[in-house]
Amino acid sequence: MAQLFDPPAILGIKLFLIAITLAIAAVWVTFYKALPAHSGLLSPQQPIPFSHKHHVGDDGIDCRYCHWSVEKSSFAGIPSAQVCLTCHSQLFSDAPILEPLRESARTGVPIRWVRVHDLPDFVFFDHGIHLAKGVGCVECHGRVDRMPRIERVASLEMQWCLGCHRDPAPHLRRPQDVFDMASQPPRDASVRAQLASRLLSEQRLTDCSTCHR
Amino acid sequence: MPPVTLTRRNFLKLGAAAAALASGACSRPREPIVPYAHQPEGELPGVPRFYATAACFVGAAEGMLVESNTGRPTKVEGNTAHPGSLGATSVHGQASVLGLWDPERSKAPRRRGLPATRGALERDIADALARFRDSGGEGLRLLVRDASSPTLLRQLDRLVKRFPRVRVHRWDPLHRDRGREGARLAFGRPLEPLYRLEEAGAILSLDSRFLDDHPYRLNYARQFARARTPRDGQMCRLYALESAPSLVGAMADHRFAMSVPAIEGWLSGKNATYDTIFKDLRQNRGVILAGEALSPQAHALVHRLNAQLGAPVSYIEPPREETQPLADLVEAMRKGAVGLLVILEGNPAYDAPLDLDFGAALAQVPLSVHLSLYEDETSARCTWHVPSTHFMEHWSDARAFDGTAAIVQPLIAPLYDGVSPHELLLLLTGEGKGGYDLVRETWRDTDWDGALRTGVIQDSAFPASPVTPRVSPGSIPSQQQGWQVRFVADEALLDGRFANNAWLQELPRADSKLTWDNAALLSPASAKELGVANGDLVDIAIGERRLRAPAWVTPAQADASVTLPLGYGRSRAGAIGNGVGFDANPLRTRAEPWNAGGARVTKAPGRHEFATTQNHARMEGRDLARHVDLTHMDSFRKERPRNSLYPGWPYDGYRWAMSIDLNACIGCNACTIACQAENNIPTVGKDQVIAGREMHWIRVDRYYEDHRTLFQPVPCMHCENAPCEYVCPVEASVHDSEGLNVQVYNRCVGTRFCSQNCPYKVRRFNFFDHTPKDESLKAQMNPEVTVRMRGVMEKCTYCVQRITRARIEAEKQGRRISDGEVITACQAACPTNAIMFGDLSDEKSEINRAKRSPLQYDLLAELNTRPRTSYAARIVNRNPELKDG
Amino acid sequence: MADVAAPLRRWSYGSVSDKIADIVLARPTHWLWFAAFGAASLGTVAFVGAIGWLFVRGIGIWGVNIPTAWGFAIANFVWWIGIGHAGTFISAILLLLRQRWRTSINRFAEAMTLFAAGIAGIFPILHLGRPWFFYWLVPYPNVMELWPQWRSALVWDIFAISTYLIVSLLFWYVGLVPDLATLRDRAASRAKRIVYGLLALGWRGEARHWARFETVYLLLAGLATPLVVSVHSVVSLDFAIDIVPGYHSTVFPPYFVAGALFSGFAMVLTLAIPLRHFFRLHDFITDRHLENAAKVLLACGWVVAYGYFIETFTAFYSGDEFEIAMVKDRLLGFYGPVYWTVLACNVIAPQILWWRPARRSAWALFAVSLVVNLGMWLERVMIVVQSMHHDFLPSAWGNFIPTVWDWITFFGSIGFFAFLFLLFVRALPTISIFEMRELVMEEKKP
Repeated sequence: MAQLFDPPAILGIKLFLIAITLAIAAVWVTFYKALPAHSGLLSPQQPIPFSHKHHVGDDGIDCRYCHWSVEKSSFAGIPSAQVCLTCHSQLFSDAPILEPLRESARTGVPIRWVRVHDLPDFVFFDHGIHLAKGVGCVECHGRVDRMPRIERVASLEMQWCLGCHRDPAPHLRRPQDVFDMASQPPRDASVRAQLASRLLSEQRLTDCSTCHR
Repeated sequence: MPPVTLTRRNFLKLGAAAAALASGACSRPREPIVPYAHQPEGELPGVPRFYATAACFVGAAEGMLVESNTGRPTKVEGNTAHPGSLGATSVHGQASVLGLWDPERSKAPRRRGLPATRGALERDIADALARFRDSGGEGLRLLVRDASSPTLLRQLDRLVKRFPRVRVHRWDPLHRDRGREGARLAFGRPLEPLYRLEEAGAILSLDSRFLDDHPYRLNYARQFARARTPRDGQMCRLYALESAPSLVGAMADHRFAMSVPAIEGWLSGKNATYDTIFKDLRQNRGVILAGEALSPQAHALVHRLNAQLGAPVSYIEPPREETQPLADLVEAMRKGAVGLLVILEGNPAYDAPLDLDFGAALAQVPLSVHLSLYEDETSARCTWHVPSTHFMEHWSDARAFDGTAAIVQPLIAPLYDGVSPHELLLLLTGEGKGGYDLVRETWRDTDWDGALRTGVIQDSAFPASPVTPRVSPGSIPSQQQGWQVRFVADEALLDGRFANNAWLQELPRADSKLTWDNAALLSPASAKELGVANGDLVDIAIGERRLRAPAWVTPAQADASVTLPLGYGRSRAGAIGNGVGFDANPLRTRAEPWNAGGARVTKAPGRHEFATTQNHARMEGRDLARHVDLTHMDSFRKERPRNSLYPGWPYDGYRWAMSIDLNACIGCNACTIACQAENNIPTVGKDQVIAGREMHWIRVDRYYEDHRTLFQPVPCMHCENAPCEYVCPVEASVHDSEGLNVQVYNRCVGTRFCSQNCPYKVRRFNFFDHTPKDESLKAQMNPEVTVRMRGVMEKCTYCVQRITRARIEAEKQGRRISDGEVITACQAACPTNAIMFGDLSDEKSEINRAKRSPLQYDLLAELNTRPRTSYAARIVNRNPELKDG
Repeated sequence: MADVAAPLRRWSYGSVSDKIADIVLARPTHWLWFAAFGAASLGTVAFVGAIGWLFVRGIGIWGVNIPTAWGFAIANFVWWIGIGHAGTFISAILLLLRQRWRTSINRFAEAMTLFAAGIAGIFPILHLGRPWFFYWLVPYPNVMELWPQWRSALVWDIFAISTYLIVSLLFWYVGLVPDLATLRDRAASRAKRIVYGLLALGWRGEARHWARFETVYLLLAGLATPLVVSVHSVVSLDFAIDIVPGYHSTVFPPYFVAGALFSGFAMVLTLAIPLRHFFRLHDFITDRHLENAAKVLLACGWVVAYGYFIETFTAFYSGDEFEIAMVKDRLLGFYGPVYWTVLACNVIAPQILWWRPARRSAWALFAVSLVVNLGMWLERVMIVVQSMHHDFLPSAWGNFIPTVWDWITFFGSIGFFAFLFLLFVRALPTISIFEMRELVMEEKKP
């Protein structure tokens, strides 16, 4: 009886199987790469094209001027329209791009900024304690003073948080440097040790209950 | 279980589930971030602020500090400075915050049921007043529920000045008129006794319920607990004669379940027990407390006996009330002599005495205005319904039982188009002021800021008046014998004002552990005699009045008497409260507000399904809720954890632990509901409670053991060798470096293995999606605590969010958390300080002191779980000369 | 063993192949098959529907609660896994023991194993509160840097069951290859030939093929053998590692394995008897086969009975108040009737098999097998539920009452099983053709 599959057919079948395997692998990789943490869209359009580069980099305004509660609260604080207007009632007071700002102040309807650093609701991050322990703004937010439009530089994934919580020493700055965009963690091992000594045990820093409640 | 339909949400859920299953990942939608347009003064987003205020639930003010998160009141805490609180809160105080956010609150004024404007109301009232002007207010009537607010009294005076003929009536279904009348008999004046239970060596409670629904309950509870702590082998002894199950009876060393006539008979007619008890009272600075159900004469007699005993009691005089009883009003209404009736809160159409037939009379009134939080039974019968503001929305003031005044300050602008009683009265008094100005004016010459800050107005308590009771108060009238019907305020719903409050509906009642129902309480003997079991229906008839109600059998009930809790069977309470339970008011008359004799009780066909959170009442010989006799305290058996071959957990920092003193716990459930408020715990509904799926993180177990009711609050034990931890396949249940058994909701996949292996069964599971859907209810959520989704296990966390906050503050200042800095929600609410929490590694901490007590023991210690939560046994102080009770 | 194969003398090399292959290829489909298939399909639809609804509404549609947070899902899981044991036992162990009589029943027994284990694997996932996260139980590198919690028996389950599934699948498929080739060569239509051809992996029956085949088959048998013991032992640990009376017991692993074989062989009989009846396979599945199966059933029954006895005995012997209370409740409590039914089904009923005629009567055996299946399922339910509903604190006691969804899911799974098995009967040789050929040849030898 005649051979059901001639050699070419068999070859075809084998190639087909290999192709399927490769296809699945390819899909998986692209899909994994497409997870938010790795994708673009880290720097969305904002209702007002606010430039940290200009305000921080050029004008040298301290972070705390606008994010006033960053040391006292878990929440860094987003400036109210009033705060912006302390300057912008004088400067560019009639610039059309600032119209949403003036309108907000007028109507009392807040501006809806797009959240760039968005943690899941079951994660409880506290800005205050991180600053108090010497984790500078740059550590997570990057060189904001060079960002014309704010963008996310860190993945904000759990493994990224853990990376620091497991070995904090290299990420700690001197208390006076935490708001300094240009500052670097001290090289000197003894200083590092001294900074790290103010922390709780690694066990405590990596407990689930440290961030999840 | 909610109706099984494929609604849009379900459909979407299916889609979501499918997507999740397919992809295994889901990217979150972009959240906006919304700053203030105008930053409020001193507001710090992410840091809660506390405001002192007060509210009346049982006739007198309970001081409280309300937590506000970015302008949202989310949690009630007690106010240590306030005598009506002493730092504790009642279940009603805790639940009141849910009332604020109840989406079913009345939102706009209605005229004959149709939406109308405030302007129209003002016109209507103005027209009516114009007619009264020359008649001096003839036909203008007010009905108030309680007139303890100084500002309200001031406004009433002003009103009387403007309309000399105006009449103000008062009706509070939980009134205390009999006590007042008794005092009048004894002293000629309506004085209020203020007991110093702390000093008492022995207490005789004659159906007094001083821990249940007394206006001073929180204060008395604290004093009682102090009196019950043994000092050099001595401690206060409690005798309780009670006609209905109460916390007092549950705490008593000698408890006698007797009907009201029996108690009064016992009080007059001498007998052995009487002599023994009074001997004890005389020897140990005893004091007698009489309950409202007793006749005025009995009250008067008790006052005289207390004088003879030299009991620790003083008498205070509330400001005399210019109010007339409800009956006069109804009479006038029938005669058509009432032109304008303004009802400030209360719900008389539902709870007025049956024989008055208030509803019918109300129909005779041409213009009636009803101010209330909900559009209730009375609103439906009035010309106008005006939504009232919640006490967290308006300015007012209130007096504690001892007279100490407090400012009621708003935490939030009125959510809906409501007015406060004061503002409504302005329409009558014709002053052009706001609520704030009125209250401010009342307390013109007091330290206003101080009052707001501390929550009390200094030295505003009523002075004690030295009085001696008359010799002969008159003999106690003999009451009808036969079956007795006892009316009590439901411990959760009170007179029904909390009927639409899901937290209180689902709060297990202290004795019956019933939720979502009231029941006709019967004693085992009576039930046997009638041949009824739990859930069987009984017919209760007094003369022509009759009522059908499901029976519940409890050993705490007196024979041949039935207790009917009030506040149920509402028809216009809201979706939650409507049609729940039965309405006992149809049996309640003016003459017999608390106890009616000569009733007929018979078994009726049919059954009713109850939802109880505890199906088994006995300990089956297991040594769980322990008690020890005062004289044998040293013999108390206390397991020490056995040594182990395995190394323990290494701890370098804090070691949190809890101790629960069963000798102090009165089973009031404040902890349960405080925990619910703090930790975003959902209510699940009656059917789910029946299915055994209630969510309370701390439950109060109730056992009946040798004629005694034992309470045992059971939160998570936070075991050192936790059975829940090693069975979880995904590390959602883990041990943290401070000894907490952490439950990581976002890691939990819901195998429920942990609950299976938990010997205390304190874990709770989200069998369905119970997250709040309504925006208003979402606003009540505590932002510090994750809202758990469906399919996730949860349990007591020792209020880890409070620990974390304290730790962060301490770390910022580079110090350790000091003792007493972390106070769990249950601990804060507890009126008797039964719950102690703290750090074991701090040798001097309170918790260590508590743990050193010889009465400490671990629950199920033989399992070697080594719980961090331990108990101190209850101490029983029986009178050796008294055998029975 | 001679008389096992005796009837085969009537058969020739070719006729055996025809007989078995024709069940798949030629024999016109009997209306009863369609009827059964229709019913099974309905069951399958119900099963899928119930699962869909479960995902929409949540685990609350079942009767589970606190304290009894485990219900039918776990009982069904244990039951199905148990049924999945007989197949491997028959094919692997009996193969190694050179029990030739196994030849005619191993094929469908293995299929049964595969389907049962597959269905069993579904239940632990359905049982989860958040089933879409079931893969968190599997170790894989992830952005949370979290791994499963290795001390948990559920994680052990994942490995035990997945291993078992893979090995049984391979074992079954490898055994099929020569027969698939046979079907390929006998199939009439081209389509069929292509399908069977692809599945046959180019089997040409060369000596080289046979040599390798024998080696692989033996190796797989060797691999599968320990699994027969390991899987249910691990499953039993889900309970044994708990501290709850009724779960916390060292007798569980052997007791569960015996129970598994017990229910497994019962299911083999439940399937074999109708099979041989409808497809006239009396010469291949002889009364002797049934009798052997019956003997195994009887033996396992006694081990199980011992398990019941020792559980009760240890409770009282230990003197532990909670253990004693649990046993008292098991005998006389709310779920008492379940316990006594279990004893009746699993201990009393099989005793009829001491009697030879009963062992050789298809109908008697069929009845017993059904009773045992029921009994074993009830036993699982009893262990899972009854132990829990009255544990340490009386205040937390409560009862588990199954809801309609519990029942639909359970019967639905049976429907799904039947669905798969009926398809198998029509698509693949229910009896190993090549092994029967061997038997025939051996019989023909003088």
